[in-house]
Amino acid sequence: MSVELLNFIETVLNGLMSGIMYSLVALGFVLIFKASGVFNFAQGVFALFAALTLVGFQTGQVPFSHLINELFGTKLHHWYPEIHSFLAIIFTIITMIVLAWIIERLVLKHLVNQEPIILFMATIGLAFVLEGIGDLMWGSDVKVLDVGIPSGGSEWLENATIGLAAEGSEYYGMYIDVLNVWATVIAVILVTALALFSQYTKTGRALRAVADDHQAALSVGISLRTIWVFVWAMSGFIAMVAGIMWGTESGVQFSLSLIALKALPVLILGGFTSIPGAIIGGLLIGVGEKLAEIYIGGLFDIGAIENWFAYFMALVFLLFRPQGLFGEKIIERV
Amino acid sequence: MIYKETGQYNSNYRSDHAIFPLMQDKIAFSLLMLVAFLFVPFVVDSYWEKAILVPFLIYSMAAIGLNILTGYCGQVSLGTGGFMAVGAFSTYKLMTTYPDLNIMIIVIISGFISALVGILFGLPSLRIKGFYLAVATLASQFFLVWLFNKVPWFYNYSDTGQITVSERTMFGVPVTGAAAPPYATYLFCLVLVVVFGFAAKNMIRSKIGRSWMAIRDMDIAAEIIGVPPLKTKLTAFAISSFYIGISGSLYFAVYLGALEVTESFDIMAISFPVLFMIIIGGLGSMLGSFLGAAFIVLLPIVLKNFMVDLVGLSAVTAKHFEITIWGLLMVVFLIVEPHGLARLWSIAKEKLRRWPFPY
Amino acid sequence: MSLSKIKNIPFGKNIIELKNISLSFGGVKALTEVSFEVKRGEVFAIIGPNGAGKSSMLNVINGFYKPTSGKINFAGQERLQMEPEFAAKSGIARTFQNIALFKGMSTLDNLMTGRLLKQKQNLFMQALYIGPAEKEETFHREKVERVIDFLDLQSIRRTPVGSLPYGLQKRVELGRALAMEPEILLLDEPMAGMNVEEKQDMSRFVLTANHELKTTIVLIEHDMSVVMDISDRIVVLDYGKKIGSGKPEEIRINKAVIDAYLGVSND
Repeated sequence: MSVELLNFIETVLNGLMSGIMYSLVALGFVLIFKASGVFNFAQGVFALFAALTLVGFQTGQVPFSHLINELFGTKLHHWYPEIHSFLAIIFTIITMIVLAWIIERLVLKHLVNQEPIILFMATIGLAFVLEGIGDLMWGSDVKVLDVGIPSGGSEWLENATIGLAAEGSEYYGMYIDVLNVWATVIAVILVTALALFSQYTKTGRALRAVADDHQAALSVGISLRTIWVFVWAMSGFIAMVAGIMWGTESGVQFSLSLIALKALPVLILGGFTSIPGAIIGGLLIGVGEKLAEIYIGGLFDIGAIENWFAYFMALVFLLFRPQGLFGEKIIERV
Repeated sequence: MIYKETGQYNSNYRSDHAIFPLMQDKIAFSLLMLVAFLFVPFVVDSYWEKAILVPFLIYSMAAIGLNILTGYCGQVSLGTGGFMAVGAFSTYKLMTTYPDLNIMIIVIISGFISALVGILFGLPSLRIKGFYLAVATLASQFFLVWLFNKVPWFYNYSDTGQITVSERTMFGVPVTGAAAPPYATYLFCLVLVVVFGFAAKNMIRSKIGRSWMAIRDMDIAAEIIGVPPLKTKLTAFAISSFYIGISGSLYFAVYLGALEVTESFDIMAISFPVLFMIIIGGLGSMLGSFLGAAFIVLLPIVLKNFMVDLVGLSAVTAKHFEITIWGLLMVVFLIVEPHGLARLWSIAKEKLRRWPFPY
Repeated sequence: MSLSKIKNIPFGKNIIELKNISLSFGGVKALTEVSFEVKRGEVFAIIGPNGAGKSSMLNVINGFYKPTSGKINFAGQERLQMEPEFAAKSGIARTFQNIALFKGMSTLDNLMTGRLLKQKQNLFMQALYIGPAEKEETFHREKVERVIDFLDLQSIRRTPVGSLPYGLQKRVELGRALAMEPEILLLDEPMAGMNVEEKQDMSRFVLTANHELKTTIVLIEHDMSVVMDISDRIVVLDYGKKIGSGKPEEIRINKAVIDAYLGVSND
């Protein structure tokens, strides 16, 4: 095999792996949108908040310690030494469930029947609140997140592929981060579990009923509010997984919340309501982005087109297929 | 019964359709203008200029722009930062390429350039609506900031990527650069805001404004009564970007003097705060654009005074509180009063009209 | 094609001819080979049970739906489909079954949108709002005020229409259509959900528009007594097919129509 081809394969592999993470975040959006009609802009901040909380629990930080110290002149920082990451994850999940419940109580309940765009803007406000509270609780310094997922280049793959190139050519094997492999495995498990859950359980059925028609679901006795708390908690959980992955890679800091913005083109591509759309869209965007960065970005020698390329891909696609990958053709009625 | 319209009759449709049909409003507005033009310039110091008045005027301009697109035409945009950057960088390029061109003309040309870019990025609005469009406007935000950051031509190949303003005068008085006196920068912005503020109000009460609102409220019905959807939406994009571009131009040339694009026109630095302004101030309200801008300028000052100087918190913690409070206000306003401060103001006026009777 | 061409058609002559119109949405047939014609100056009613394709018919006439096959002869010109903007410019106005008002705007502004096509000032003049621009606004305001007087909407002039009761919203919608000074008025169930008095009011407005403004009316309505009272000719649709047409007294005794309404099976 030629070096070019091997490089191409490496790029595609890496693209697929970052793509599955986009899919995961996009799934968080889709779940909430389907069940409550809300385009939850705070999804990215969810991930940040979850990661912050996880680190906080793990290292035993006292919540709001900065604030308390400044107000009362105390010197609080930690109340217990580090605990096992599994326990910290459990605590974080509980926190996300409580958060979902609070959001339903304080925000969603009051905004039912509002226009979707108002709901959307409310979630922007929500993002600000969560960001501020996250910082107040745990401090805004960059934190190291380590829950025991290995990271670094895979030597095995490097050794296995180094011999594939043609004799005499300069090739050092493929580089793939083990963390990404783990992320992919976990994301695949999660996505499968979600699909099975919504297909085969009672709650899953209720979920699909609500997604189809709120009022019809209400009329057969499904509690809309319970479902809402449920999906918001669920997407909080998904956010946590994404937060762990990205937090491990680049530390827990504000920029984490912006990563969700990169999952948005996936939504344009796959549609706001389609789970398969989110998955395929995520993969497409992941691969397209990596290829573009190397083959187009390299061409102009300016780089960093990753920031917007995915959006352009999605938009160009939309011009030809306004209903997205899996959406049905919309018939407008008057 | 302080604020009553009894006894004031509009005997023709012309006066009935005026911007301020009531005598009280007319007088109040004239007084405000008198103070703004004839009193403030003589007393304004550099703190008031830099911390309150100039940012207020510039944000008002941006808020009017976004309100036209989002509040009146119903197209949510998260790309305000990108369009402000277009205004700023157009101004920089024009200033360095044509050193003799009058600064007022440069600012207005920058507005027109932004309008063109706005039309370009408004094109997807033909095919996509609602959230899809909101997400698409993010593309313009990311792309434009990337462009001004990565293509050195835009910042004249400077090493830092910064753009810096040089001194320009109006009637012999510098209005840009470090030597500009507070009253000059203030008046420069004020004139632009008043002129274009009136222009915006006039458009809103004319044919084009009604077309925008028709598209906002029900695009299908609008099309059937003969409103061309694409043309109307693109006009909204163009005019909105014109205002936002001018505000970006002023932000760079008059207010900051020197800036770096990723820092100054970031989505968190501009796009969300301006959206915040029109939500708090009032979607689809001219007055709301001003109230929202005032709110966003004053809130951090008040909070800082309260939390840092009075309670003794550190500046960082106060900043976190500020973000939280912004978010809370946004949610609370959307729940309690989706029409923002402007509606609260009109309710207050209504109360004044009936005072001292409850109804 | 302009308004003047329509104005040249004598009263009582065909203004719209629909020939074998079929319409389907991805396999679902909404209309099958429907033909009828509307004469200038008449009140023409389309009736039929729910789902018969009546609203789709109006949508074809004003170009919101494009027929799958068939031809439309509009004011002497044959075409395959209409365009909404063209229809509006040619003097076709309409109201909707589920009220399609601009809910965030006042009654006055909603009516003023009916004048949009007739306002010619450019953007720059609108922004300046002096001289001709102001004059134009005032001119159209006067026109709209006449419609407001006609429909008794004075007291709700400044009220946002979203907060008006249903019956009034229907009236405002008629007002917006009338503000367009249409040659042809398409009314989709203008009296649905109204009480007897409101229906009487509405019938009076429709008939006055027809008699005094000489507007051609195409109307969908479920209340048979109203339809029989005010319409000159009627076409009956069922399952997207035309099952009868003629004067009210003919329709009243038409076997197929009676069967369709009473649910008697034809086979």
